[in-house]
Amino acid sequence: MQRVLKILFFGLLVKPVVFIVLGLNVKGREKLPRHGPAVIAANHNSHLDVMVLMSLFPLSQLHRVRPVAAADYFLCNRFISWFSRTCIGIIPLDRSGHTDLSELFSGCLEALDQNAILIIFPEGSRGDPEKISKIRKGIFYLLKDRLDTPITPVVMRGLGRALPRGEALLVPFNCDVIIGDTLPRPDTSQQLTYSLAEAFDAQMAHCVTHHDAD
Amino acid sequence: MTAVIGLLLTATTTRLMLVWLKPGRNYTELRQRIQSWWVMVGVLFVVLAASKNIAIGFFGVLSFLALKEFLSIVSVRQADRRAVFWAYLAIPVQYYWVSIGWYGMFIIFIPVYVFLFLPMRMVLIGETKGFIRSAGLIHWAVMLTVFSISHIAYLLTLPVKNHDAGALGLVLFILFMTQFNDVCQYVWGKLLGRHKIIPKVSPNKTWEGFIGGVSTVTLCAGFAAPYLTPLSFNQGLLAGLMIGVSGFIGDVVISSVKRDLQIKDTGSFIPGHGGILDRIDSLLYTAPLFFHFVYYVAY
Repeated sequence: MQRVLKILFFGLLVKPVVFIVLGLNVKGREKLPRHGPAVIAANHNSHLDVMVLMSLFPLSQLHRVRPVAAADYFLCNRFISWFSRTCIGIIPLDRSGHTDLSELFSGCLEALDQNAILIIFPEGSRGDPEKISKIRKGIFYLLKDRLDTPITPVVMRGLGRALPRGEALLVPFNCDVIIGDTLPRPDTSQQLTYSLAEAFDAQMAHCVTHHDAD
Repeated sequence: MTAVIGLLLTATTTRLMLVWLKPGRNYTELRQRIQSWWVMVGVLFVVLAASKNIAIGFFGVLSFLALKEFLSIVSVRQADRRAVFWAYLAIPVQYYWVSIGWYGMFIIFIPVYVFLFLPMRMVLIGETKGFIRSAGLIHWAVMLTVFSISHIAYLLTLPVKNHDAGALGLVLFILFMTQFNDVCQYVWGKLLGRHKIIPKVSPNKTWEGFIGGVSTVTLCAGFAAPYLTPLSFNQGLLAGLMIGVSGFIGDVVISSVKRDLQIKDTGSFIPGHGGILDRIDSLLYTAPLFFHFVYYVAY
């Protein structure tokens, strides 16, 4: 049932919006992980980010793709909570810092055990439009006991203009999606944040859409 | 139509022969390019055969995709989002004027009303830093992608003067001659090209390609005009000359935009060709010029 709802939601609504109203310039599509367990680490500027990343996968694979999302935001009321769990399939993550480290990631680890492809936004929040904020170390602690999991960096640009934080009006703009090579296996959290920041920077250079910081 | 399919068959056969004669080279882009041509021609014929309003709607969608592409590659400010939204809204309105055949409104809506309205909307937002640049950018984009392209749609609304060709004749004529001009200039340039015409903008464009393309298209247009349009042979020659020259200008104008932004393609909507703007660049110039030529001569 959940799987059907997700397929309907993406097939009838999300994919048409993403591919026709927005329009993507995808580079390196072949580098996307085909099967789990795997992690996609992407920059985050808009609610559309998750929709765009998930639209890159065929409908038959969609149930495997699980975005990790802030519990304080996406479980805030019953409707949004039902919607994000059923139609999108998020894995809620507590950002408050009150949960024990061993318990914090249990949902994510369970999903990885079931060969899921996790979508993680290592900046932790959407931040200013079209800017990459500081990359946090959470992603390393999540993968601490399974550092062999491939991490694929993805950079998106243009969505912060189409639907920035705090705006409800979607204005169509094309969006670049640049998929990078799998990161080298990290040993420390600094290593991971460093190689991720470096990959993001390099991928940004391949973007077609242009944006002046203002 | 038969001529177009004949040309595409030639292209596909040539490609297959190339693969057969010189194996080992990478023909992916060429293959994609020709395949995309088949798809574009297929879609176009289905849409044009369906009904007048569907065809007008199709050009509206084309305007939308082109405008979106344009505004995505240039640096529109974050503060311009709402003005851009209104620019998009101008598309259905403009194509509505086309569908009801209100010529007076069609011809002034964007150059007068939208032109005056968008800066006012930007004033209401209040961000003055970069105001001049944005106002210019957005209006130029709307003029190119909406005003120009809607002229093709208006050809469908004009009263039919050549009853053998019907309303479609003019549309097929301008689309075919414009794209044929692109191909001819490219082929002549490849065959004979030596003297660069504007090395700063487009190093591959040559005088030989330009003159060869323009003369081929002028001749073809002369012969095709009496069958597809209300124009005579001589008027057709003139139309062909205009399409050849202005198509070249449209092409290099969009090339300059890309040069300025340091990008190769404006998008990746059409595999092998790049973005929508890469494909319709010449049409942005040929469509309004051809329309007004026909309108003046035959109406």
